[in-house]
Amino acid sequence: MNADVRDPAARESAGPAPLVVHNLRVGFGGRAGGSEVVHGVSFEVAAGECLAIVGESGSGKSVTARSLLGLAGAGSWMTADRLELHGTSVVSSTEAAWRARRGKSVGLVLQDALVSLDPLRPIGREIGDSLRLHTNLGAAARGRRVIELLDAVGLPDPHLRVHQRSGELSGGERQRALIAAAIALDPPLLIADEPTTALDVTVQAQILDLFREITRRGTALVLISHDLAVVSHVADRVAVMSEGRIVETGRTAQVLADPAHPETRRMVAAVPADRPRGTRLSVPHGVSERPISPSRPAEPTLPERPVVLERPVVLEATGLVKGFRRPDGTRHAAVDDVSFTLVRGTTLGIVGESGSGKTTTARLVLALSTPERGDVRVLGQPFTTASVRERRRLRASVGAIYQDALGSFDPRLSVGQILRSAVAGPHGTRRATGTTRVAEVRRISELRRVAELLDGVGLPATVLTRRPLELSGGQRQRVGIARALASTPQILICDEPVSSLDVSVQAQVLDLLDELQRELDLSLVFISHDLGVVQHVSDRVAVMQRGAIVELGDAGQVFGDPRHPYTRRLVRAVPRLA
Amino acid sequence: MLRVLARIGGAVFVLWAVATVTFFAVRLIPGDPAEAVLGGPGSMASAEALAAVRREYGLDQPLFVQYLDQLVRLATGDLGRSYALSIDVGPLVLSQLGGTLLIATLALGLAWLLALALATWSTRGGRVAWYLGSGLEIVAAALPHFWFATALIVVFSIWLGVFPPISTSGVAGLVLPVVTLAVPLAGFLGQIMRESLLLALESPFVLSARARGESEAGVRWIHAVRHAALPAISLSGWAFGSLISGAVVVETIFARPGLGRTLLNAVTSRDVPVVVGVVMIVAVVYILMTLLTDLASRLADPRLAVRS
Repeated sequence: MNADVRDPAARESAGPAPLVVHNLRVGFGGRAGGSEVVHGVSFEVAAGECLAIVGESGSGKSVTARSLLGLAGAGSWMTADRLELHGTSVVSSTEAAWRARRGKSVGLVLQDALVSLDPLRPIGREIGDSLRLHTNLGAAARGRRVIELLDAVGLPDPHLRVHQRSGELSGGERQRALIAAAIALDPPLLIADEPTTALDVTVQAQILDLFREITRRGTALVLISHDLAVVSHVADRVAVMSEGRIVETGRTAQVLADPAHPETRRMVAAVPADRPRGTRLSVPHGVSERPISPSRPAEPTLPERPVVLERPVVLEATGLVKGFRRPDGTRHAAVDDVSFTLVRGTTLGIVGESGSGKTTTARLVLALSTPERGDVRVLGQPFTTASVRERRRLRASVGAIYQDALGSFDPRLSVGQILRSAVAGPHGTRRATGTTRVAEVRRISELRRVAELLDGVGLPATVLTRRPLELSGGQRQRVGIARALASTPQILICDEPVSSLDVSVQAQVLDLLDELQRELDLSLVFISHDLGVVQHVSDRVAVMQRGAIVELGDAGQVFGDPRHPYTRRLVRAVPRLA
Repeated sequence: MLRVLARIGGAVFVLWAVATVTFFAVRLIPGDPAEAVLGGPGSMASAEALAAVRREYGLDQPLFVQYLDQLVRLATGDLGRSYALSIDVGPLVLSQLGGTLLIATLALGLAWLLALALATWSTRGGRVAWYLGSGLEIVAAALPHFWFATALIVVFSIWLGVFPPISTSGVAGLVLPVVTLAVPLAGFLGQIMRESLLLALESPFVLSARARGESEAGVRWIHAVRHAALPAISLSGWAFGSLISGAVVVETIFARPGLGRTLLNAVTSRDVPVVVGVVMIVAVVYILMTLLTDLASRLADPRLAVRS
């Protein structure tokens, strides 16, 4: 890499640093300290350098990032000893002065959520807006420049793409367009807030490459993420944020190899890729453990798993086929001849990018939709072809948890009500009409079971009266797991169960699933787009592409010695700690 | 192509349903239609004269035959002759259509302007503007036409003497009827617009736009307002229909010629062909208006065109 830019002496000669922040405080509401969310952070970024600010959600990293553009939000206030963009102090800038700088001396790239670009406007217009606002270029000249920009960020067929809207682009293409809009005026400082979250791993790798290229051209980059592994390849330096403070900062390699602060250690430990099955990913808060680094993997804190020999197959899918009609009438095979088996007490990981048919497979296995061909057997008995009554009986043996735990709960019910109705089962309401005494006994046994479930997933009894909206993402997923376990299933289908969680929370949920699997001898189908996670949790792995399983084998073989070219590409793109 | 055919089929079905419901509904009004032709129940028409009229208008036929007969006539575009006025219904209704369409269109336009102004003002003027705006919208949306019209007449015609209390042919005569129709609708549209405006202002694409250096006005007029307008546009077809029914009240109060008054007179004099004629024309206008709003939605939201 071009070390000259990072050499302090060279930096001096390159003029003022694109960003200097000293003792930045940001808060909402009144100026009293109580509403402060960022408590005096300091950092600077040199030209061509990438600083990653890493932290859990709520750590203040996004607010910090947005303050650098004067966009912390309605009702916010900001103070700083120094806040300089390219040598100019902006601490007490007026709104008009901020506007003149936004896009020109500092650009912002948001997480793509389909609506980071106006869905009603062609991307060419969106990108052209930066030029319209800050240059005197005419419409034709702007159009030419927009095409150049799209070309520069690697979007194919730019002259066609300028007329498309965000909804017509894929996630990766949208992210490239967003980046093009942010670098339109070649600002010396670029701020990217979770720019690759929600992207498939291969696309994520491409976008990170693009950022590397942008810094190579001399742009300073502040990269915000909750995922240490993602930023470790791009960032020259890392600042770890926790509760509104920067708790550790240093060169990326050094921070990863020798994390000093417990929070950093937790984050390093939470990265699942290349961590053997059964190793704990989460470090309990307040417990000071030895530093964990990828070169010195943590020892399993749990007993060795028994060697799997001659155990029964609990789930068997044979030749599943399911297609959908596209809007234009053509048929699209979402799942195309998928077969696999799941052995008791083991985990089968199903990995693939969006649109590969993972979720459709899960729905077929759960008999939530009917396959065109093929069938599923549960505990040796027919499931898809069974009568409705027979299937209902078998359903108790198959639990499911989903990515969107919140969406799978009735928001009006409390956690206690959700779990009680799950414990009572589908006939619960009918049974409740028994005699008072019988009902009382049943009520007590249900409550006991709910308490047991909560304890099993590590939630305090205080959550019973709360509603799902009042819980954190990790707590919600724990409630989802407790609900799935209510019917004492032997099989658990997990569809992207940790994809919307922070890495550190993800680590806790993955550890929990691992513990439950040992305790209850559960068999898991674990569906995820995240190879690092699948590698960590799976005994066997099925790789899906365009509806078909292209590779199926032991996790060690699939990740260590991938045979299919697509698997090889995926494995290369897994975010690992550099 | 298939969708166009389905659309036309749907329109034909609506017209058939309207014709059927009106035909039977009018028959439910007590009294003899033949008497209506001869000047109403008080005309003391002779039995021969009544029989002659029944024969002439086909009223001696079984009800089902009359119904089919009317459907055939409507299908060929013949709306029949008015019982009371002895003139063809088609030209009569069309001559009244213009006045009603004019006030309904003006009222829709004014309602949009008011709603947009109220929504944008109440989302940027701070807490007071917010409560004032939403309060005004609720009050406006709840205003009954007849009461509001009367209040306007009292204030602007009697106290201030600015506008005439009954509708004259000039522009001044249009003001009070149009305002009467527009304000309640503006309250309704304003509530919808404000909600979607807020949603748009909080979305990431607005943050992206601000981060490019877009001004507050730019954020609103280039991005947010368009999103806010979408639900209001799709409701405008329905709103236009409600404006025409509101016109019945307003035209009566302001003594304005128009479809509404024609319909009211026809119902009181049991002039079946005119009632059917007015209802059919209104149905056609309604269908065309729905089509227009669909096209407008498609223009404002290109995603709809892509999806189909």
